[in-house]
This record gives sequence, structure tokens and C-alpha cells, in this order.
Amino acid sequence: MAETIQLEVTRYSPEHDAAPAFQRFEVPYRKDWVVLDALNYIKDKLDGSLSYRWSCRMGICGSCGMMVNGEPRLTCATFLSPYTPDAVRVEPLRYFPVVRDLVIEMTDFMVKLQRVKPWIIRKEEKSIADGEYLQTPQQLDVYKQFSMCINCMLCYAACPVYGLDPLFTGPAAIALAQRYNIDSRDQGAKERLDILSQHEGIWACTFVGECTEVCPKHVDPAGAIQQYKLTAAKEWFKSLLMPWGAK
Amino acid sequence: MATDAPKKLLEPFFWTLFSAGGVVAALLMPVHIFLFGLAFPLDWIRGLSHTRALALIEHPLVRIYLFVFCSLPLFHWAHRFRYTLYDGLQIKHLNEVITVFCYGGAIIGTALAGYLLLSIP
Amino acid sequence: MTPQETKGATQYTTYHPRWYRTRVSTYWWLGKWCYLKFVLRELSSIFVAYFVVITLLQIHSVSRGPEAYARFEERMWNPLMIALDAISFLFVLFHTITWFNLAPRAMVVRLGGKRVPEILIAGSNYVAWLVISASVAWFILR
Repeated sequence: MAETIQLEVTRYSPEHDAAPAFQRFEVPYRKDWVVLDALNYIKDKLDGSLSYRWSCRMGICGSCGMMVNGEPRLTCATFLSPYTPDAVRVEPLRYFPVVRDLVIEMTDFMVKLQRVKPWIIRKEEKSIADGEYLQTPQQLDVYKQFSMCINCMLCYAACPVYGLDPLFTGPAAIALAQRYNIDSRDQGAKERLDILSQHEGIWACTFVGECTEVCPKHVDPAGAIQQYKLTAAKEWFKSLLMPWGAK
Repeated sequence: MATDAPKKLLEPFFWTLFSAGGVVAALLMPVHIFLFGLAFPLDWIRGLSHTRALALIEHPLVRIYLFVFCSLPLFHWAHRFRYTLYDGLQIKHLNEVITVFCYGGAIIGTALAGYLLLSIP
Repeated sequence: MTPQETKGATQYTTYHPRWYRTRVSTYWWLGKWCYLKFVLRELSSIFVAYFVVITLLQIHSVSRGPEAYARFEERMWNPLMIALDAISFLFVLFHTITWFNLAPRAMVVRLGGKRVPEILIAGSNYVAWLVISASVAWFILR
């Protein structure tokens, strides 16, 4: 049983470095440690200047997404045991600009998320006195899977279209838009469609499907996008053949 | 920020053709390629005589079938290949050229199919 | 100060550090097996278009008469053509399989409130494919 394991970690300090480079650390190997534990050990005992994001350490906050041996993973959910005795390479999340070490700039995602209006849109709000918007378990079931997104952006790191075209809205944002579109309480589908039925909205997606493979919450963003394309196509033909139909 | 009104794209239309073409290609192409590309030339199955072939394609329903068989998969190719060029070769700046080449090719192929199928003696 | 968005590209402001952006290589699709599978699936469309062209040539040769048809058949016997057809067959088969396997993700069918399992939708596509292929073969060969 190995006592230690090597971690190869990206270091990038914009004040000193022109480009990122790797630094090797030797950390204790524990059967129950995850990559995040190893990073925390490095920061506590070996090099306090290592910068990375983490929070809940239980796979619900979505902060600790990084590339582990080339795969987008939540470091709090990735055990060291499958990798030992080889070294584990930890890099910042792919296709995002690197701010420092393992920290990436995520404003692009936040902007796109906000753009798709991921909230209940009503033409007319009910007054408080009228009570809640009721929903049956079957209606909840329709969109529940897409609501599990923790905004960890692993899907963006897996999506080659996002890597090639920074204007692409991306898997999580579209999946969340669809989550609200098919929510029975929502009436904003038309509004979101106008925003997303653009070249850099749903149409840039070519159904590579990697986003679904890496999603830690099994949201299936690829499926959401294809379903959305179907809806958008139907709407397009409807508006062509029945332009007088108001929605 | 979409400050200008979202323009009506033709994208959903081409995507629908792509999907339809994909279904046609998935369902019909394998058996056609197997018969006409492998089984007949390699003599696994006796090929069609000219009389038989002509009798087959003369039939109006067969002509319609062949028109669909030729046209929709071409649009499937056009849409898919267009995006392959964008992503594979990263030549998005040649956008207009690619679009015209792909969909234009499919339209020409469709027109050709229509002409050939109409001019069967 | 937050970075501002101008025409989709984020711009730098005075106060934040110099980001590092990796350029995506033209050979990004060779990096992972799943990406390669994706690109092969997309390239199958080329073979689809190729066989449509062959079919158009075939229709044309039938229209032109027995000699033209015989010349077309002879060209199809060419070993290069047969090799190309074999490769096309494999690629189109790959298209069929990937298409049917992915179809249930795009078309969600709900019966009585519950979602129909994906394998049933994919399975029914395969059954339809076999039935239709058999019918087409029978119609051509009878």
C-alpha cells in the first residue's frame, strides 16, 4: 500500500508568469481521501499560496470543478484511490480563462445564465391572497431532472463547441432555460425562445453529448438541448404557417 | 446582450430537414448500400436486369420514394457537414461560403433528383 | 469593476489580473476517444451524400438504356468502388446505430404521467428499421 501519492498541479501567477506551469507535490495517500483533501493538505502543509475554489466538500455547491487527469471532475467527489500509484494531474477547468493557479474566470457563464432568465415568468402574477401556484407530482417530474443543476460548469469544460466558440450559451444555461420552459407554473417560454433560438443559442450545439457524461448530478443537458431544438422547430413552423396565432 | 430584435433564422428549418434526412438515412440507406453496393456487385444476390430496374423506377410511388431517399439525406449531410467544418477546421469566418456550399449542394442535388426522376422514359 | 461585454467578447478592465487563455487546438478531436467517435459520426454524413450521388447516377443510367446500365454495373464491380461501398456501409451503419441510440434523448414520450424508458424508444426504432429494410429488400428482389 503506497504511503504517498504525487499531485501535479497547475501553477499560474499573473504577476510573475507568462503561462501556467506544473508543480509536483507529494501528499499522504489515504484510502478515503479525495483530490480536494490532497489540495487542502498542500495548502495547509506544503504551499499556502496554492489558490483554488471549494466549499461544501460534498458535491452540492458546485465550486470545486477542475480537470483531474484531463477529465472535468468535482475534486470533492474524486477519490485518489483509482489513480494511485500514478501521479494525479490537476488543472483548472478547461475552456475558461485562468485567473490564478486553479481558479478560473466564470463571469461568462454567469452572464449567459442570467441572459436565459432562469426564473418563473408570469404574464400576470397571482396575488398573495389567491394562494400558491399548485403543481402535481407528475408536473414536477417533467422538469425535475433539469432542476438538479448545481452550476458547477463541468459541462462547459466538456463541451468542445463552447471551447471553440466562446459565444455559445452552453449546456447548463440552456438546460436551466428548458427547466423553466417545461415548468407548469412558467409562462415565459416564448421570451426565452426569442433569446435562445439564435446561432449561439441552441443551434450551435451538435449533440456531442459529453456534457451529459460529465454531469455529477445527471441533469442530461444534452437531452434538454435536443428537446428544446424540437420545441423551437415546432414553434418556427407554427409561426410560419399560422402567423396570426398569438402566444 | 441582444439589444436588437432577434432575427428570424432559417436555422430551425434546416435542422428539421437535417433530422428528417437523418431518419431517412438511418432507416433506408443501410439496406440500399448493402444491396446495390455490395450484394449485387459481389454476386451474393443476383442483380437486377435492366428491364426489371426500369420497371421498378417507372412506378410513380417508387419515384416519390427515390426522391425522398435522395433529397432528405442530402440536407442531412449539408447541415451536419457545415457544423463539422465549423468545429473541425475552425473556419467559422468562412461562414457564408460554407453555408452556400452545403445547402446549395443539397438544393442542386434535390433539383437533379427531381429532374432525373421526372425524365424516366 | 466587472469585465464588460462588447459584441460577445469580454474585455479587460484596469483592476483585474491578466487572465491566461488556452487556445483550442485544431486537433482537439483527437485528444479523447469520445471526441473522435463524435467526429466519425459526423463524417458519416459524407458517405450518406456519396451514396445519394451513386443512386442518382444509377437512376440516370437506367433511364439511358441497357448499354448505359451495363456500363454503370461494370463500374460498380470495380474493386475500388466495392471497397468504398463497404466503408460507406460501415459508416452508414454507424450513423443508424448512433441515431437510434440518441433519438430517445430528444423525444421524450410520456404515457400516463411516466416517461417511457429510453430502451423501448430506441428498440422500437430498431424494429422499424428491420421491418422497413426487409420490406424494401423484398420489394426490390421479388
